[in-house]
Amino acid sequence: MAKFALLLHENPRDFQNLTPEQMQVMLGRYRAWGQKVREAGQMVGGHKLKDEGGRHMRRNGDGGVHATDGPYTEAKEVLGGLYVIEAGDYREAEEIAQGCPHLDNGWIELRQIDEM
Amino acid sequence: MSPEVPQLVDHLFRREAGRMVAALTRVLGAENLSLAEDVVQESLVQALRTWPFRGVPENPGGWLMQVAKNRALDLLRREASLARKEEAIRGWSAALVADDPEGAMDDQLRMIFICCQPAVPREARVALTLKTVGGFGVPEIARAYLAKEATIAQRLVRAKRKIQEIRPPFEVPPPAELPAALDSVLEALYLMFNEGYAAAAGEELVRQEVCAEAVRLVRLVAEHPALDVPKAHALAALLLLQAARNPARVDPEGNLLLLCEQDRSLWDQPKLAAGFHHLDRAARGPELSVYHLEAAIAACHVTPGETDWPYILDLYGDLLALKPTPVVALNRAVALAMVEGPAAGIRAVEEIRGDPALAGYYPLPVTLGELYARAGDTKKAAARFREALGMESPEPVRRRIQERVRGLELVR
Repeated sequence: MAKFALLLHENPRDFQNLTPEQMQVMLGRYRAWGQKVREAGQMVGGHKLKDEGGRHMRRNGDGGVHATDGPYTEAKEVLGGLYVIEAGDYREAEEIAQGCPHLDNGWIELRQIDEM
Repeated sequence: MSPEVPQLVDHLFRREAGRMVAALTRVLGAENLSLAEDVVQESLVQALRTWPFRGVPENPGGWLMQVAKNRALDLLRREASLARKEEAIRGWSAALVADDPEGAMDDQLRMIFICCQPAVPREARVALTLKTVGGFGVPEIARAYLAKEATIAQRLVRAKRKIQEIRPPFEVPPPAELPAALDSVLEALYLMFNEGYAAAAGEELVRQEVCAEAVRLVRLVAEHPALDVPKAHALAALLLLQAARNPARVDPEGNLLLLCEQDRSLWDQPKLAAGFHHLDRAARGPELSVYHLEAAIAACHVTPGETDWPYILDLYGDLLALKPTPVVALNRAVALAMVEGPAAGIRAVEEIRGDPALAGYYPLPVTLGELYARAGDTKKAAARFREALGMESPEPVRRRIQERVRGLELVR
């Protein structure tokens, strides 16, 4: 079994126009999907990433490290969170990701975790 | 992500939104209502973006309130004009974040008075109450009342501007202002329910939720010690008795059923009992309001045994005197037909038929059609039903009328 990361990209602004009821329905869809993947034994874990306070860190020319604030504002797209799942191959991982309701709110970057 | 995820209570987001907007408005002042709404919306978005990963927290309401509090503090730091509110927000103790159902209900009640105060345009009060107290969104309110989203949004903007202008205190109005303020609240709740109950072609599910919200709020009002007046109980009785019949109003295929066809075992017994309880309390005092009469009529319809039509006719006579509208006159005509026969009913309906307020009102030709059918005049009956089909009506009603037309054509 291989592991895959589902990187969930989104623009937080896109959620602002949902009504509370619509948000609850949407949350229910995420949870149903998560439960299905878990019950199939394919879920390794998931994390929400904090929007604010992110840094881009780079080595300076003089050998020091320079950290800049990332573009973590609400007007921009962010990497909102990630799931790690288990699947036999990309095809199977894609199938799992296809059911994720995040596709209605943003987009998913699917990457195999290199365990070699 | 915990494997045993607790189920979310139905409408939790909506309920918590109403609760939090009220609590925040208390702290920030009514003039900052829009700000409170924004903060609450952001907290809900945060939950939607977080809970899929870490699961639903043990106390979802407390989690949301904590996020709202942090968010509000952030905003206050940025807005100089709000700096003096910071102390108040900080003062939100753990008690507020924890469950405080009584405090939350008081906040909501004060919020209802703010939304329904006489200075707010009448047509905006219902929408504003649904939005801020009920946690409904603009598209849902529009769907329930078959209105355009832009229309509802505009009403809300205007209402909030008015509130910002007059900066009402966050309180149940003092005794001198209470009667007028309460009348305005009761009227808004009556409209919230009735327009939701009867909305032509509105969407069934959201209409039911709007009606349920009106029932919840009217009980909140009537149960409050300062508002324990007969009129409030009469409205609570009316809405509860109507709502109790809701589960039996349509058959499993979604077809509308007449009262005499409804399966009474489907009526909501706790709501019926609560309705009669409020009807009792409404009778403590000399006051006889429109709500009293309508509640008494609703009570007749849910009382077991033979329906007492002569009494209902009397009640409609009194109601017509207090509320001389063509719709009341139409309902009275139905009662009259039950007591004196279809010919008397037909005469009464024909009298109001030309009223411009009833133009396009499908219940009028439907009533006439039924009365003509009962009088044995199938030709006129079919003509009136066909007239009704040319008007806007909810889909279940349409199907029902089409059936009637087909049935009458077979007879001929």
